[in-house]
Amino acid sequence: MAAAPEPIKKRRHARLAADIAQPVAALIIFVILWELICRAFHVPAYLVPAPSAIWTDTLKLAGPVAVHTLATTQTVLLGFLASLIVSLPLAVLITASPTIANTVYPLLVLTQSIPKVALAPILVVILGSNELPRVVVTFLVAFFPLVLSIAAGITAVPPELIELGRACRASKWRELWRIRLPYAVPFIFSGLKAAITLSVVGAVVGEFVNADRGLGYLIVTSTAFFQVPLAWGALVLLSLLGIILFQAVVIVEQVFFPWAIDSDKQTI
Amino acid sequence: MIVLDHVAKTFVTRGGEQVAAISDVSLEVRRNEFVCLVGASGCGKSTLLRLVAGLVAPTGGRVSIGGATVTEPRDDTGIVFQAPTLLPWASILDNVLFPLDMMRKLDASGRARARDLLALVGLSGFESKYPRELSGGMQQRAGICRALVHDPDILLMDEPFGALDALTREELTIELMRIWQERPKTILFVTHSIPEAVLLADRVVVMSARPGRVAEIIDVELPRPRDFDMEARSEFQDATRRTRELIFGGRSARAN
Ligand SMILES: Nc1ncnc2c1ncn2[C@@H]1O[C@H](COP(=O)(O)OP(=O)(O)OP(=O)(O)O)[C@@H](O)[C@H]1O
Ligand SMILES: [Mg+2]
Repeated sequence: MAAAPEPIKKRRHARLAADIAQPVAALIIFVILWELICRAFHVPAYLVPAPSAIWTDTLKLAGPVAVHTLATTQTVLLGFLASLIVSLPLAVLITASPTIANTVYPLLVLTQSIPKVALAPILVVILGSNELPRVVVTFLVAFFPLVLSIAAGITAVPPELIELGRACRASKWRELWRIRLPYAVPFIFSGLKAAITLSVVGAVVGEFVNADRGLGYLIVTSTAFFQVPLAWGALVLLSLLGIILFQAVVIVEQVFFPWAIDSDKQTI
Repeated sequence: MIVLDHVAKTFVTRGGEQVAAISDVSLEVRRNEFVCLVGASGCGKSTLLRLVAGLVAPTGGRVSIGGATVTEPRDDTGIVFQAPTLLPWASILDNVLFPLDMMRKLDASGRARARDLLALVGLSGFESKYPRELSGGMQQRAGICRALVHDPDILLMDEPFGALDALTREELTIELMRIWQERPKTILFVTHSIPEAVLLADRVVVMSARPGRVAEIIDVELPRPRDFDMEARSEFQDATRRTRELIFGGRSARAN
């Protein structure tokens, strides 16, 4: 029995390698095609720069670009964290009673119907020209789907499990911690995956409106000065950032909640 | 010990429709008695068990244990559900320990007891496995251990062997009788199997459907300890025939 996990692990690694190899190969082919088309048709760099131009122009400013990337990462993470910290109790509150749900839901929908891009400058006026309005915009963009999926998870618990809790005389509080929230973990993670992607969008929106650094800021300033390859470089970095953070969430789920993945896979 | 006094339970469905699951059931289960409930599907057996467990409140009459009216689940009651209902995120051992943990009585002796119980039902070596790694029958056995882990005086079992293969079923039937003889408890046992009911029970309660009531209570005169060889005895044959007549008799008479 002790020997059993080894081959399974190996198979898992092999599957993982295949999962990664295919998209990477597709990406490389795509970049090569892009480069060839740009050269063959002499596409001007201010319209669509070739990958090589993006690479060299971005690398030339590697130091400042790194600072911008870190600034954006910080905003994304702070906004993401804020949405997690707010969403969890909010979802618990909403699912606690229909009265609370009926009062809180309309307010939530209201915050969602406000266009965040329009709200951003107003937030700057209220909160000042600093990191805070950017984090708040990021939070506002990211938290809503998270609340919905956590609430869905908490209420999706099969009645048999709730009955088991009652038969074991679990208090409402313990029922929440020991039955409802664990059951909701796969739901929470699908919400977190949506939230981390949206956090990147939110951070860039915040930086467009008010920032002195960050990749969103870099895109605005470099296009203003016709440094188009640099703007594209920032764009590529943003998508990389999104992919890496998304994968980080996936890995956290795999490492700490392996049973949640398995039950996920079964439903697909 | 357990007294049901003119108990009725009517469910109101979402559409506002009333479903009488049980009407006017009176039953007395003595201390350390083994009582089996049999009856057609949907006649209210699970509902009756839930009422005794304190999981649902009666809409009429009164359920009491040791003289006290049952209003909520009690510490001295263990229940095995019709489905295993294990927590998918907890290991088998943690699942078995769940009632102790919820009742804040988890200690070393509880853990030892859980391991002993798992060994008893043939699940030693599976303590750290997750429910999805076990077969349905193994999960159900873990569910039985969970109901026994806090050594309850009253054991409520809702078709605990329903999902098991015939071999495991016989094995666990004998095992359950052994547990019951070693540590006497009051057991209310729901089953679809008439021979199983007769072999296990001191008394077999036959229920009729729509709405569920007690049709008749049959005393089983077989001596203890019992085993499957007793199925050949005339007492066994008489009791199973009588039960079968009560459940199917009316129906076949109407068909003629
Ligand atoms: N929560 C509920 N809401 C509405 N109706 C219910 C509910 N629980 C049970 N019933 C109804 O009560 C009746 C008895 O149900 P119960 O589950 O007690 O039957 P049972 O004898 O255990 O059946 P089976 O042998 O198939 O398990 C059924 O008609 C069922 O539809
Ligand atoms: Mg039932």
